[in-house]
Amino acid sequence: MKKDLISITDFSKTEYLKIMKLAAEFEENPNQDLLKGKVVASLFFEPSTRTRLSFETAISRLGGRIIGFADPDSSSASKGETLHDTIKMVSNYADLIVMRHPLEGAARYAAEISPVPVINAGDGANQHPTQTLLDMYSILKTQGTLDNLNIFMVGDLKYGRTVHSLLMAMSEFENPIFNFIAPTVLEMPEEYKLLLREKGIKYYEHKEFTDIISAADIIYMTRVQKERFSDPIEYEQVKNVYILRNAMLEKTKPNVKILHPLPRVNEIHTDVDANQKAYYFTQARNGVFAREAIISHIMNVK
Amino acid sequence: MQDDQKKKLKLKVSAIKEGTVIDHIPAKNLFKVISILGLDSIENQITFGTNLESHKLGAKAIIKVTDKFFEDDEINKIALIAPHAKLNIIRDYEVVEKKVVEIPDTISGIVKCFNPKCITNNEQITTRFKVVAKDLISLKCKYCEKITNSNQIRMC
Ligand SMILES: [Zn+2]
Repeated sequence: MKKDLISITDFSKTEYLKIMKLAAEFEENPNQDLLKGKVVASLFFEPSTRTRLSFETAISRLGGRIIGFADPDSSSASKGETLHDTIKMVSNYADLIVMRHPLEGAARYAAEISPVPVINAGDGANQHPTQTLLDMYSILKTQGTLDNLNIFMVGDLKYGRTVHSLLMAMSEFENPIFNFIAPTVLEMPEEYKLLLREKGIKYYEHKEFTDIISAADIIYMTRVQKERFSDPIEYEQVKNVYILRNAMLEKTKPNVKILHPLPRVNEIHTDVDANQKAYYFTQARNGVFAREAIISHIMNVK
Repeated sequence: MQDDQKKKLKLKVSAIKEGTVIDHIPAKNLFKVISILGLDSIENQITFGTNLESHKLGAKAIIKVTDKFFEDDEINKIALIAPHAKLNIIRDYEVVEKKVVEIPDTISGIVKCFNPKCITNNEQITTRFKVVAKDLISLKCKYCEKITNSNQIRMC
């Protein structure tokens, strides 16, 4: 049976650990011809240069060839072709489909109708599982473990899909502690807090972005995205609430690392960039190795 | 309800010899029930009454289908729009069995996902849900993974 990666929960803990191990191998030796002779379709129904370049670099380093489109205007979807028909056509040509789509559930649907594996590179506000795996790889690399970590999540915890997926994945490991820092309108949704309670995992909620971060092993910052708000006034009220500045890191633990899915707007002041606790640029680089690992696992070549 | 009223109500729809009587359907959902069960495309004799008095439902409807006996998963499809429906299985003019409908664990079609950004609301796709709560119905979309609550349920 073919493997797809649509939501982070499609993978088991064993698979997470396998991806981590493979990512480390690819970081050691990024160029391996494991996809020689294979064609990978990269279908971006919504433009995302960052994610696309990361995937296409990973595919190229594995020796695969890429077909596809970078934005909807150059795809047949702009001529009114349904997602169904585009996927049916492309799966005749390619051995693997990597896709990003503005509609939620598009990747799950594509996986259902495609005979070749599908990797979700983001479906609207829903899922972006490869981001989560590269976040986990970044955490493992900097902390040496995925167990017993105190993870702070800051900013938009309501609409931020990356924090939800990371929470689900990290809740599979030993004894995590979560701290959520968000304004009331952007609080972590109840369904995720319920999941933590059911697993007996401790979490704390805060409104203030203060000294409490001194307990953190990981500080995961998020961007407050305007397009997620139906009420523009609500957005104006919260967009500048939590900004991380270098001075705030003085009392934090020596091992703490600042993560951010990028691109940032202003939620991390540029004076943080030079601090060795800032990790977001390296985190993005880890994305290529994590994606090489994910693709080789899905294609059964590793 | 008084006994004589009950008697009158029974007389409004004629009795059947063999088949199934589906009672306690909310009147406003009668035609949806007919279409979900595919009763509009079978040859059997069907009689129905609607806008009948019901203390529980306000106005109820009743369907009698001759020579038709439903499988459980067939009839459970109507649970979302007729949760109090009761089935009487009739053999030789006698009620030989009574059944209530049960909300199934998964639902395909019938209901729309409430999320306007869901792929199922933008392309011709049969919706699929996992029923995550049955008392106050809540449905998790297989595609967008969002929850549609009982007060957000709309039919396809
Ligand atoms: Zn949906």
